Amino acid sequence: MSAVKTILEKHPNAKRESLIPILQDIQESCGYLSREVINQVAEYIDLPAAKIYGVATFYNQFRFQPLGRYHVMICRGTACHVKGSKKALDMVVKALGIQPGQTSRDGLFSLGVVACMGACGLAPVVNINGEIHAKVTPKKLSGIIAEIRAKELSNAKK
Amino acid sequence: MFNIEIDGRNVQAGDGETILAVCKREGIKIPTLCFIEGLTPSGACRMCIVEVEGFPGLIPSCSYPVKEGMKIKTSTPKILNARRTIVELLLSDHPDDCLYCLRNGQCELQKLARDMDVKRLSYSKVKTKRPSDVSSPSIVRNPEKCILCGKCVRVCEEIQGVSAIDFIGRGCKAFVGTAFDSGLNVSTCINCGQCILVCPTGALTERSYVDEVAATLADPDKFVVVQHAPAVSVTLAEEFGVKPGKDVDGQMVAALRRLGFKRVFDTSFTADLTIMEEGSELVHRIKTGGKLPMITSCSPGWIKFVEQFYPDLLENVSTCKSPQQMLGALIKSFFAKREGLDPSKIVSVSVMPCTAKKFECQRPEMAVDYVPDVDYVLTTRELAQLFRRYGLELGAMTPDTADTPFGERTSAGKIFGATGGVMEAAVRSAYFLLTGQEYPEEKIPAVRGLKGHKEVKLKIGDLEVGAAVVSGLGNARKLLDEIRAGRKDIHFIEVMTCPGGCINGGGQPIGADTEAIKARLQALYQIDRDDSVRVSHKNESVTRLYKEFLGEPLGKVSHHLLHTHYKKREIKV
Repeated sequence: MSAVKTILEKHPNAKRESLIPILQDIQESCGYLSREVINQVAEYIDLPAAKIYGVATFYNQFRFQPLGRYHVMICRGTACHVKGSKKALDMVVKALGIQPGQTSRDGLFSLGVVACMGACGLAPVVNINGEIHAKVTPKKLSGIIAEIRAKELSNAKK
Repeated sequence: MFNIEIDGRNVQAGDGETILAVCKREGIKIPTLCFIEGLTPSGACRMCIVEVEGFPGLIPSCSYPVKEGMKIKTSTPKILNARRTIVELLLSDHPDDCLYCLRNGQCELQKLARDMDVKRLSYSKVKTKRPSDVSSPSIVRNPEKCILCGKCVRVCEEIQGVSAIDFIGRGCKAFVGTAFDSGLNVSTCINCGQCILVCPTGALTERSYVDEVAATLADPDKFVVVQHAPAVSVTLAEEFGVKPGKDVDGQMVAALRRLGFKRVFDTSFTADLTIMEEGSELVHRIKTGGKLPMITSCSPGWIKFVEQFYPDLLENVSTCKSPQQMLGALIKSFFAKREGLDPSKIVSVSVMPCTAKKFECQRPEMAVDYVPDVDYVLTTRELAQLFRRYGLELGAMTPDTADTPFGERTSAGKIFGATGGVMEAAVRSAYFLLTGQEYPEEKIPAVRGLKGHKEVKLKIGDLEVGAAVVSGLGNARKLLDEIRAGRKDIHFIEVMTCPGGCINGGGQPIGADTEAIKARLQALYQIDRDDSVRVSHKNESVTRLYKEFLGEPLGKVSHHLLHTHYKKREIKV
């Protein structure tokens, strides 16, 4: 919370035109925009929370849940699309029970969709915590997710 | 002024006018969906498109200003086709359940589909599923029926200064919702229902209690009584096709009795009582150096507003409950005792021009000893629905009068239904309380009319009293900010949540324009002109109630039953 306060102090006498820069700074520092933070910003720049939520949901860049321990980014660029990334995405949505932009309730996975990672030769591409998985298929991806879950489960038991 | 050409005719137009405004003046009806007179045009729905010579595309007339020499066409085949396509596209993601929709017959989208000759579903797609929000006791939102015209968003922000709702998301995934997409009940929504009045479809409706009231009327173990607010009798007839401005008080009372209500009471009676209590409170505050300006407390949307946004001014708000709650409390105490009835057997229904009253009657402050003052609130629209369901022809009723002991009213109580009415009634009685003489003027023109912010300085005896009347909470905001900043020349403020007061309440008949609101206003003024008793302190039933039960204004019994206190309300969702 004090991090947010520091950010707000960097925008003295902020009006509505400072809203997006403030939200960007907060997301960069906190990783996402929580309810508390949005209410805090609302009070600070005297804008209704509904308005701020409306603006923030308009842009893909803002998240409303913290990232999961594993952040899955699926490329939906043209090359990956042609190579079947839609099927991979559908599979992940089903397996994790979340939509792009959301985080699973156990906090393990979050899901994102990106337009192109510049690795079209390896399409379809999935990036999990910075690690690139090339030429994924639903089957391959399902194996990766199962592996992560098993690893986390055995870590938790220790 | 300069010349422009519309559909081949030369027409005079002024600087700053929109194409739509000029067309309206010239008798050319251009269909609109998202347009609201007097508010910032959004140009979102594109229904009002016209062709302008020299312009490549079609121009939204609601937001485009006229220029000298402009040549406009309003109904070429290109325009008509485009309009039809717009309706077809809206219908492609709109439920096809008109038969079961509360707005069936009053829906602007339905009407446009007919006007534009939409005969079939031209674009089929899987319709978006989104759950309804039934969390509020006042308003139900069905986002599937929403066509994203944004009228509700603009009214909530620009008229009411609340902004409980806004557009969420983007593109085909956009919808109208509250902050964090929470329920309306935990949002900053003040339940005023102005959004319902402007919604072109059934996406926003009142939370209906028609079924509950019908069921209780059929229950022989219940003693069901009803009260009706001052502004209902002058608008109800519109629901049955009568033109605005007709008072049907007597016929409405007769029809209510036919429905099976054991007693029909008039909320204007407790409006008179409110004046005695609130007037005394004002005099008391002035004489003892209490908190001023005193602000009225009859309008429940306003109460939630002040709790949320101006908690520092809560001490300025009168402690009087609203007339609805006062009457509710009296029915289950004084009346129950007098008739030898068990208060828990009494079901107290009220008919209000208001959706916020539904919220108000559920507030914990509004139950004396855990018995709710009022059980169900119906809007004017729901009452009309009840009459239709029971086959009651309002026009065929022989006028009747409300029941004792809460049936007698003065016209001072009746004009509560319009902005400025409470002020006028209060001044008439406060003048008498302070000087012992009747207020010399027939009316106070400065507080009459539909203007959102009215002020007047009045001489009452030796006192110079500054009075302000605001309606529409956006107007209230401006005045309250001045008070916060230290303005001292105002002593008494009347605040009505809805623009124009209860005659334009969120529970009133749909589709009223400014002319209709004016006609409703005139109907109330007419009653005030014609009435023989025009001051609350001469209401004999009120006098008797004080003698037999309440003692004196601001007395112990009044304090217990008729007054309350409000607390700061957290606006963080």
